[in-house]
Formats: sequence, C-alpha cells, structure tokens
Amino acid sequence: MGPESLEAKQKAAVEEVLKAYPSKAAKNRAKHLGVGTPDDESQKTCGDVRSNKKTVPGVMSQRGCAYAGSKGVVWGPVKDMVHISHGPIGCGQYSRAGRRNYYIGTTGVDTFVTMNFSSDFQEKDIVFGGDKKLTKCFSEIDELFPLNNGITVQSECPIGLIGDDINATSKMYAKQTGKVIVPVNCEGFRGVSQSLGHHIANDTVRDYIFDGKVDTLGDAIVPTEYDVAIIGDYNIGGDAWSSRILLEEMGLRVVAQWSGDATLKEMAMTPKVKLNLLHCYRSMNYISRHMEKEFGIPWIEYNFFGPTQTIKSLRKIAAFFDEGVQAKCEEVIAKYQPMVDAVINKYRPRLEGKTVMLFVGGLRPRHVIGAYEDLGMEVIGTGYEFAHDDDYKRTKEEIFRSTVIYDDVNEYELEAFVKKLQPDLVASGIKEKYVFQKMGLPYRQMHSWDYSGPYHGYDGFAIFAKDMDLAMNSPVWAHTKAPWESEA
Amino acid sequence: MSALRQIAFYGKGGIGKSTTSQNTLAAMAHYFDKNILIVGCDPKADSTRLILHEKAQSTILQLAAEMGTVEDLELEDACKPGAGIFAPGTPGGWINCTESGGPEPGVGCAGRGVITAINFLEEEGAYEEEGLNFVSYDVLGDVVCGGFAMPIREGKAQEIYIVMSGEMMAMYAANNISKGILKYANTGGVRLAGLICNARMTDREYDLAKELAKDLGTQMIHFVPRNNIVQHAELRRMTVVEYSPKSDQALEYKELARKIIANDMKIIPTPLEMDDLEDLLMKFGLEEEADEENIGKSAEA
Repeated sequence: MGPESLEAKQKAAVEEVLKAYPSKAAKNRAKHLGVGTPDDESQKTCGDVRSNKKTVPGVMSQRGCAYAGSKGVVWGPVKDMVHISHGPIGCGQYSRAGRRNYYIGTTGVDTFVTMNFSSDFQEKDIVFGGDKKLTKCFSEIDELFPLNNGITVQSECPIGLIGDDINATSKMYAKQTGKVIVPVNCEGFRGVSQSLGHHIANDTVRDYIFDGKVDTLGDAIVPTEYDVAIIGDYNIGGDAWSSRILLEEMGLRVVAQWSGDATLKEMAMTPKVKLNLLHCYRSMNYISRHMEKEFGIPWIEYNFFGPTQTIKSLRKIAAFFDEGVQAKCEEVIAKYQPMVDAVINKYRPRLEGKTVMLFVGGLRPRHVIGAYEDLGMEVIGTGYEFAHDDDYKRTKEEIFRSTVIYDDVNEYELEAFVKKLQPDLVASGIKEKYVFQKMGLPYRQMHSWDYSGPYHGYDGFAIFAKDMDLAMNSPVWAHTKAPWESEA
Repeated sequence: MSALRQIAFYGKGGIGKSTTSQNTLAAMAHYFDKNILIVGCDPKADSTRLILHEKAQSTILQLAAEMGTVEDLELEDACKPGAGIFAPGTPGGWINCTESGGPEPGVGCAGRGVITAINFLEEEGAYEEEGLNFVSYDVLGDVVCGGFAMPIREGKAQEIYIVMSGEMMAMYAANNISKGILKYANTGGVRLAGLICNARMTDREYDLAKELAKDLGTQMIHFVPRNNIVQHAELRRMTVVEYSPKSDQALEYKELARKIIANDMKIIPTPLEMDDLEDLLMKFGLEEEADEENIGKSAEA
C-alpha cells in the first residue's frame, strides 16, 4: 500500500464518518476532522483541523471541564498544599487520586495529593452562600493538618452560579493567618474544555505565588548556573523522576518540578532558574511565557518519550549550557545506549509494522509518536481532547506520513475510525477503554499509563515497550472473539 | 369542596404588594370564609406579618439552615396559623402563614431558596390541608431569574395579580412581569388575572391603569384608593380588615376579595413593546414628547 492510496483511503474514511451526521453537525465536525500530511505546506494546522471550539451538543465528548484542568491537572499534584474542591461532593470525589501523580511524603501529615478535601455544599450553602463554610474549611484544615503549606480553593460550578466571592474570603483568611490561600475561579461551565482550567490555574500561580511574594517558606536557595525547572510534568507513574535523573546526570540542578511531586516552595523559587524545560506545552505554556517576560527566563520544549526524541531533547537542552554539560550529555546518551539497544532488540521484532491509533489530551497525541516509531510501529490516527491550533501545528512535525487527525473526537467517530482503519492497538483514555477491549482490540490507557509507568526517559521507555508488547501480544487475544466474529 | 386555587401577587418593589395582598387575603378569609395558605417568596420575609401580628416569622430556609438540611424540617415548624380572627376555630376562614426567607443581600442564591421552600411545602403536604381554598404566593419585585419564576411554573399559581400604580416604573414592571407570564403560559397553565391599582393618587391614574390593563389583554380588577388607615393598622401589625372591619378601606378590600373569588377572566397577556409603552405614558402625560435635541441635556444647559 503506497502513501497515495493510504491518504485516499484516509480521506474516504473521514468523508464516510461525516455522512452519519445531520448537515449542521456535519458542517461543524468537518472542520475538526482531516488527514494530516507532513510535507503539505498549504495545511495551516495538521490536517487543517480547527480546535478549541465548543463540542457539538448531543455527542459523547471525552473532554473534561475547567475544574478538571485546574484541580485535576495543574494544582492537584502540588503535594504540600491542600486543594479544596469547593462545592457539592461529586466533583471532588470522582476526581480523587485518579491521575496517579506520584509523590514522596507522608499522606495526611505533610502531603495530601490523594486525599479528597471538599466543602460538601448542601442546599443551604447554595441559598445562603458558602463564604462562612469556606472560612471554616480553612481553619479546620489548619487545625487537622498543621504541616500544610497552603490551601487552594478549586471552584465547582455552583460557586460561579451563586456568585460567591471566594477571592475576598481567601484574602481575609490569608491576611489573618499569613498563610498562602489561592482562590481559583475554575467553574466547570467556563470555556469549552479543561484547557481554560489550565490557563486559569497558571494565572493564579502568577498572581498568588509569584506576585504574592510567598515569604513563609524559609531560606531562599543560592542560585547556580545550572538551575533548571521541569514544567508540565505531572509525575504520572513517576514520569518526572525518570526525567530528572537524566538532567541531573548531565550536570543540571532540577530546582522544581511542575507540578508532579511539587512543593509550594520549589514553585515559588522557580523564577530564579536559568532555563525552564517545558514538557506539556498545552497546560503550562502560559506560566512559562510569563516567566520569560517577567523574569527573563527562556523556555524550551522537550520530549522524553522514546530514545530518539529523548536523545534529541537532551542535546537541545545541553546546547543551552556550556561544553561541560554538553560533554556529560553525550556520556549520558552513550551510557544508556546499550539499554536502548536491548529493549529495541527484544521488542521491536514483536511489534514491527503494527499500527496504533491515539486519542489523548493535550500533549501525548504528538509526543508519543516517536516512541512508537522506535519500536517499529506507526501511528495512523491521532487527535487531542483539548488542544489549540498551535498544538496541531506542532503535530505536523511529528507525523511520519499521512495520518488521520480528529479533534475532540466523540464516541461514535472514534469507534467508526477504528473500524475503518483497523489498527493493531488503540491507545486512549479510561472512558474509551472498554469499548475497544470488548471489540477484541488491544488497548492501552494513555492518560495514567494503565497502572503502569513511568514512560518518560530511558527507564520509562523500557516499561513502555514492555507494556505495548503485553497489550498486543498477550495470549488472551487468541481466546477472545469480537461479537461480530461469534455471530458469523 | 371546590378545587384549590393558587394565586400569586407580583409587582414592582415598594409598590405595596405585601400590604395589598395581606389585606385582600384577610378580606377573603374574614368576609367570605375562605381558608388560605400564604407563601411568602421574598428574602425580606414580610408577607405575613400583618396576619401574624409579628415582626417577621421564622422562615423555612432559616429553620432548615439551623437544622442542617431542609429534609430535617417539619411542616409545623415552618407553617404558623394566623393570629386573632385568622386563627383556626375562630369565625370566618383561617389563614396559615409560611415564609421562604433567603440569604442576606449580596450572598448566596435567593432564587434557589424559593425553589427549595416551595418544594418543601409541596412534599410536606402543605397544599393538601383539609378545607384549604387558596394558596397565595407573594413574590418580590420582578421575575429576575428562574427561582422567582417558580411560583408561575407548571402546577403552581394559575392566576397572577399584578399590583401596580400610575407611576412609570410600576407600569414598566407590570409589563415585564407580563412577559414572564407569557413565557410560562404556554408550557404551564399560568394566566394573568388582573391588575390591582394601588393608588398613589397621581394624575389620571385610574384611566391609565385601565388603559394598560386593556393593552395587556386583562382587566383592572380593582382600584384601591389611598387611605392612611392602612398605615395606622400596619403600626399595630394588623390588616385594616381586622383593625377596622367597618371602615371604607376595609370595604374596598372586601370588594377586591369578592372580585378575585368571582374572577373568571384569566388570559395569556399581550405585553407591550417598549415604544408602545412609552406612547401610552405620553398619552397620559407621564412622559413628554421628547425633543430629540434636548435628550441627554441637563436642566441648566
């Protein structure tokens, strides 16, 4: 099958998927579906798809909300702060500990990530307002968990609907106690996806951590020439840890991790670093740009999925520093090469030529392409839940040849595309998982690594390769039949 | 027993809604033996004070907040029998009083409070009381949000009386409330049942109110003249009907009560466009034909 026939087949698949819609929905969705080609200069984004628009009402989107973006992604992993889900209990409980943000600490004593703190709104709190209850939450938290270094207030929808002034309540308590209290107006109905929640959360870091002059945190660090911060790594399954050892081995000092396994103190001293290393561009480009503008700290994007991209990124990072770091960088690459070879020699023959379809959040739909390619696999379809146009522009640089691109794909479309493109593996989120496993298709959950990980760096690649092999070459597939097979 | 009638009083804030509604309902009970439940839907909770002879009764939401949740609240805690001649067992009809209550100004959601309170009353069977003839909702100012439209949604008040006067803003409000009724008229069964003109003794007030009523497709059901005896009665936290049942003013309320009980004119209103409303006001001299050149100019200029 040549590239032309592949592209034609992909375009036909897009056309056919759109046929099921009424004309208005088809017109809307046509803008979000396309076939991306790496060399086509006429494409403004990958496959010319539009993004960051409102989901078509009535379809089953995989998107989250602004609260999910702030509480679940950006603020939630900051381990020494308590994050209150402010509103009725559901949002807090259903988002509890689902993202596998690993951290070091004693939960309930000095770290709180997997705990659920909720103001548990009742009818009376809606009617009479929740300001007094919020103040009570603050003082109860300080009484029960005296080692917390601050509190964030993550607004659920009702807070915005009844107009509670959490900013004033937080300010008053912060003034009385000298504590860091961060009110976040991340009501779920704001914006079209979790993406706005990332932005709002980034802005509160700026306003309350940087501009707030956090002064309750002991001695400031003595800066060095080799200080960097990892931005946009949420340490899922330990990702940030398997990343930072590589940076440290090449002589850099990782001052802060944002926000996996993060502390308030390290976030507050990030404006002293020499370079910000940005992994998840979508969720933390805002604060990176702010630090560049305000403190003159440059930032670069990097990718630690798979050895090819990891090596490229390590060299890109080293190039920013002196020759000593660059020499050490080469040593690091050389040191891990035998391990890479061993992994590839073992798994590539078992995975060579297999195809995969991705649908993840805001980074991995492009970042993991290289890792699959290192294993001899090809990504034949990819898309994001909440990306913007700049993410799709970046995706174009990552694809190998024409690829089906689906933005904010819904339940129907993803299923239809899978049936048409017939990949060997689907890699997406928990909501989609069982649909495809029940079809008899190998599946990997690419939001939280299916209880596995880390996937970043060299150590992560070994686990990634093993997991993909486990998924696809498991003997279980010999014993299962898809429904349509047993009917025949 | 005739079917339960649910009525509601709306109107601009400060127009005398609570005073008019309590006096009218008092007349319905006292002169015509009607049994009534008043549901005050205003965070100020002043819809029952003249019937209870109290400053303000404990509200459903206040009691619910004290107990923890509205589910813990019992009907008898929140529903008080009227004082004096309105108590059960006295001659004439009785009046039971409830107030939804709500948050202090500037916080929380008063609209949700109204919804919560009305749901509570329904679930607790307040509307199923033996002998009950009327449920009357007294609602604050305007239909500002879904919560304050609760009394006119399906299965609630079927007849709305708008209390107004011959002042411009009161007419605007009456027209706005008609828009709210129109919105719910087709989905639920709510109808506009009449305007009650609570006279301010402005020029040509009677004619103006009548004209507005005609334009809205309804009637001016009664023109209640201004009389200081209403204020005298209020100082004693009483209705005129109880304070001085033979006074002229009490008889005015008696007449209004009679008309409401006999009322069979319930229509879907035809609210006016802003231009038409302004024309109407101009016709009666409440607004002057604006000289385009003078608009926005101060008096000194």
